[in-house]
Amino acid sequence: MTTTTDHTIPDAAPIVLEKTVVKSWKTPITLSIVALLSIVLFIVFRRGGDTTFTFAGGRIAPSLPQLVVPTTLTCVILTTLLAAMAALSWWLLARFAKVPLWYSSVFAFIFVVAFLTWAAGDNSRPLPITSLLLGAVSLSVPYIFGALGGVISERSGVVNIAIEGQLLAGAFLAAVVASMTGSVWLGLVAAVVAGVLVSFILAAFAIKYYVDQVIVGVVINVLVLGLTNFFYSQVLAKDASFLNDPPLLPSLPIPGLSAIPVIGPVLFDQSIIVYLMYIAVAAVYIGLFHTRWGLRLRSVGEHPQAADTVGINVTGTRFWNVSLAGAIVGLGGAYFTLGSVGSFSEDMTGGQGYIALAAVIFGRWDPIRATLAALLFGFASNLQYTLAAVGSPVPSEFLLMLPYVVTILAVAGFVGYVRGPAASGKPYIKS
Amino acid sequence: MKLELRGITKRFGSLTANDHISLTVEPGEIHCILGENGAGKSTLMNVLYGLLPADEGEILLDDEVQHFEGPGEAMKAGIGMVHQHFMLIPVFTVAENVMLGHESTGFAGFLNLNEARKRVREISAQFGFDVDPDALIEDLPVGVQQRVEIIKALSRDAKVLVFDEPTAVLTPQETDELMTIMRQLRDAGTAIVFITHKLREVREVADRITVMRLGKVVGEASPTASNAELASLMVGRSVELTVQKQAARPGDPALQVRGLTVIDHIGQLVVNDVSFEVRAGEILAIAGVQGNGQTELTEALLGLQQHVEGEIELDGNPLSGLSVRNVLDAGVGFIPEDRNEDGLVAEFSIAENLMLDRSDSAPFVKGGTLQLGFRSTFAAEKVSEFDVRTQSIDTAVGTLSGGNQQKVVLARELSRDLRLLVAAQPTRGLDVGSIEFVHKRIVQARDSGIPVIVVSTELDEVDALADRIAVMYRGGIVGIVPGGTDRETLGIMMAGEQPDDPNGPAPDPHDDEGRSGTRGEAA
Repeated sequence: MTTTTDHTIPDAAPIVLEKTVVKSWKTPITLSIVALLSIVLFIVFRRGGDTTFTFAGGRIAPSLPQLVVPTTLTCVILTTLLAAMAALSWWLLARFAKVPLWYSSVFAFIFVVAFLTWAAGDNSRPLPITSLLLGAVSLSVPYIFGALGGVISERSGVVNIAIEGQLLAGAFLAAVVASMTGSVWLGLVAAVVAGVLVSFILAAFAIKYYVDQVIVGVVINVLVLGLTNFFYSQVLAKDASFLNDPPLLPSLPIPGLSAIPVIGPVLFDQSIIVYLMYIAVAAVYIGLFHTRWGLRLRSVGEHPQAADTVGINVTGTRFWNVSLAGAIVGLGGAYFTLGSVGSFSEDMTGGQGYIALAAVIFGRWDPIRATLAALLFGFASNLQYTLAAVGSPVPSEFLLMLPYVVTILAVAGFVGYVRGPAASGKPYIKS
Repeated sequence: MKLELRGITKRFGSLTANDHISLTVEPGEIHCILGENGAGKSTLMNVLYGLLPADEGEILLDDEVQHFEGPGEAMKAGIGMVHQHFMLIPVFTVAENVMLGHESTGFAGFLNLNEARKRVREISAQFGFDVDPDALIEDLPVGVQQRVEIIKALSRDAKVLVFDEPTAVLTPQETDELMTIMRQLRDAGTAIVFITHKLREVREVADRITVMRLGKVVGEASPTASNAELASLMVGRSVELTVQKQAARPGDPALQVRGLTVIDHIGQLVVNDVSFEVRAGEILAIAGVQGNGQTELTEALLGLQQHVEGEIELDGNPLSGLSVRNVLDAGVGFIPEDRNEDGLVAEFSIAENLMLDRSDSAPFVKGGTLQLGFRSTFAAEKVSEFDVRTQSIDTAVGTLSGGNQQKVVLARELSRDLRLLVAAQPTRGLDVGSIEFVHKRIVQARDSGIPVIVVSTELDEVDALADRIAVMYRGGIVGIVPGGTDRETLGIMMAGEQPDDPNGPAPDPHDDEGRSGTRGEAA
C-alpha cells in the first residue's frame, strides 16, 4: 500500500482568488456625522459649570473619591479628539482600506464620555457611575439569557423568534410558583420548565411539521402574551398576595471580588441568577466550539444532510437543543419577577426578546459577541433612566428611544455582511 | 467484505425507482453501475446506505442479512459512501468533518482534535494525499474535498465503498488520480461500487459492469465492450454520440469583451480581466472546472452582476451597464445553468414560462392585458416544434422531466430574434436523448449566423460543440484554443497551466493579436 502516484497534484492549497477591496466609506462617513453632531451639541449648545462623576461603593466595596471636571473645557477637548479621529479615519481607509473595529469602539467610548459630561454639566446633580453600570448589567441579564438561547437555537438550525414568549412565560411561571411555595429556587425551576414548554411548541411545529419558523415564533409570542394577560387579570389579580408576591432572590456577594471599587458592586454582589448567567456564557461558548455536543449541534445547523449521513439524528438534535435554548431563556425570564421587580405584571418583557434577537445577529451567532452586544443594549437602556435622574437637558421622549436607536444603528450600520448558520430557518426534510 | 443486493424495490408513489434489483460486489473488485440520469442508481445507493427504506428486498454483507435504520448503522456495518454532492460542512475543518459522528472525546465530551488530526494524516500518508487537517473545507478545491470524503469513509473502516458520480466535479487529471486511488483501494481488498454515466471512465476502471435503465437492471457488460455497445445498452436504442455539424463559417466579430472583471461581495475577483471575442456563426465553448468564474462571466454578460468593470460590446453597441431588460432587448438569449432556479418558474404553466421574458410588450401583452389567445397559439406551436413531451400547454413546468424543462427554456430563448446566445451548462442532468436534441438546436442557431457561447464543465460536450475553446481557471482565461484540441491539453489548462508544447497555444491572455494568431496557426 505504498504505491503512491508519482504526480501528486499540488492542489491542497486553498483556492486563493486575487482580491481587490471594495472600499466601504460607511465607517468614516458615520464617524464624521457623529463628530459633526458632537460639535453642534457639545460646543454650539455648550453647557458651563462643572460635571461631577461619583463612584459609589457597595455594601462591601469602598467608594472612590468623586471626580469634578469643568464641563465646557472637557467637552471641547473630547470633541476635538472626536473630530481628529473622524478625520484620521478617512486617511486610514484610503491608506489601509479598512478602519479597524477597535478604532470605532474607542471613538464610541469617547463620544459616550463626552455625552455624559455634557448631559450632567451645568452643576446639575452628580452622575453616579456605579449605579449607571449596575443598572446596565441588570437590564442586560434578560438580553444575555435571551441571546444565548437564540445562539443555541439558531446554530442548530431553528430560528428562535419566540425568545420574547419564552422570557414572558418564564417570568410568569417563576412568579406564580415562587409565590405559592415561598421558595425562589422552585421559582427558578418553574421558569426553566416554562421556557422548555414554549420551546416544545416551536420545536414541534418547526421541526416535525415544517411550518415556517418565523411565523410559528411570532404566533407563539402572541399566544404567550395573551395567555399571561388572561391569567394575570383573571387569576393573579384576584389573589395577588398568594399568587403574585414571590420572594426576591438574595444578593450573594463573592468574598474578595466584591470588595473591588466600582467593579465589585456591579459584577460580584449579585443574585444567583446573574452568576448562573456568567457560567452559562462560558459554558455555551466552550460547549459550542470545543465539545462533541457543540460540533454536532453546529453540524445540523450548517448542513443537516451531511450530519444525517454520518449517523447524527438531525431531528432529535434540533429538538433537544431548541428545548435547551428554551430552558436558558426561561431562566432569564425569572430575572424579571424574582431578580428585579418582585411581582408579575402584564407584558412585563415589553419586546426585550426581540432586542435579544438583535443581539444574536449583532453578535454574529457567537455567544461572547452576543453577550457584549446585549451589554451594549443594556447600557443604552439604562442611560435613559440615569440621565432622567440627574436632570439632563435631553427631552425624556428622546431618551426613551435610545435603546432602540442604538439597536437599529448597531445592527443596520455596523453589522454589514455576516453569514449565519447555513441551514438556520430551513426544515430538514428527508428526500 | 462481500456485498449482495437481492430484489431491492423502491417506489415513490406510482413511480418505481428500483424494480427488483439484484447484484453482487466481491471484495477487491470495482463494480460499475452504469446508467443515465434518472435510471435509479442514486436511489439504489441511498437504499443501501440506509438513507431510504426499501419496499422489498434484502441487503447482505458477507451473506448476512442487514437491516439498516439509518446511515449510522450502514456505516457501522462497514459501508462508506462518497456522495455526489459532498457531505462536508463547509465551515468546519477537515479534521472536524472526519471526526463528526464518531468523535473521540475526553472529559465531559471535550473534543480530542489531535486524535482526529492524526487519523487524517495517517490515511493521507497511506494513499499519498496531501491534505491539511486544519484547513477549512470551503477553502479547498473540490478535488481535495473529495479526498476528504474518502478519508472520512476510510476512517470508519469502510469495507464497501460507494462512489456516486464522483467525477462530475473533477478535472480530467483529477479524474485520472481518482481512478488510481480506486485501484489502490481495490488492491487493498475494498469492494468498490462506482456509479457513473460516463462511458470512458467505466471502460478504464471497471472489473464488472451492471447497466441500469428506468429502474431495472438491463444487463451486464464487459469492460472491453465498445462505447457504442455500452451506450445502446444504457439508453435502450442506438444513439449518436457525436453531433453532426458542418465546419463553422465564422463571420465578423459580433461580441467583444475587453478587460471584463467581476468582483463579488467580499472583494474577490471572480472574473479577472477577461478578454475575448465571438464571431457571428461560431460557437465559443468556455471550458473549466466548475466554480472558476464561468457562472459570474455569463451573469455579467446578461447584466446580473453588481460590480463589473471592463467593456462588453455586441455588434458595436455597448452592453455593459445596461439593465437586464435592455440586454435582452439587444438580442441576447440566455440559458441559465440552473434551470429550476433561474430558468423557469416551476409553478407556472408551460405557456406562461414561454412568455416570461416578453411580458412587457406586444404581441404577448397589449394595453396591460395578457393576450391569452396569442399565448396559447404560440405555446402550442413551440411545444410541437421543440418536441416538449407534455399533456397540455397548461401543465406546470415543475412536473416535467429535466429534458422537457430544458426544451421549454430553449424554446423561449430561441424563439426571439437573437443576436447572441449564451448557454450555461445546457445539458446538465439531461438524458442522452435530450442532450442530442439540445446540441442539435445549438448548432442550428450557430448555422443561422448567431454567435454562441457555451459554458460547459463536460469535456465531451465541449468537444462536441466547440469551434473554439476558452479555458477558465480562477477567474481568468488560461488560453483560447481551436475546437478539437485533445483532452490532455485541455486538462492541463483546466488546472491553470499552459500546455508545454512549444508550438502550442501560449497566448498572453491580454493580447488579442496573439490569440487570433494562435487560432490561425493551429487550424
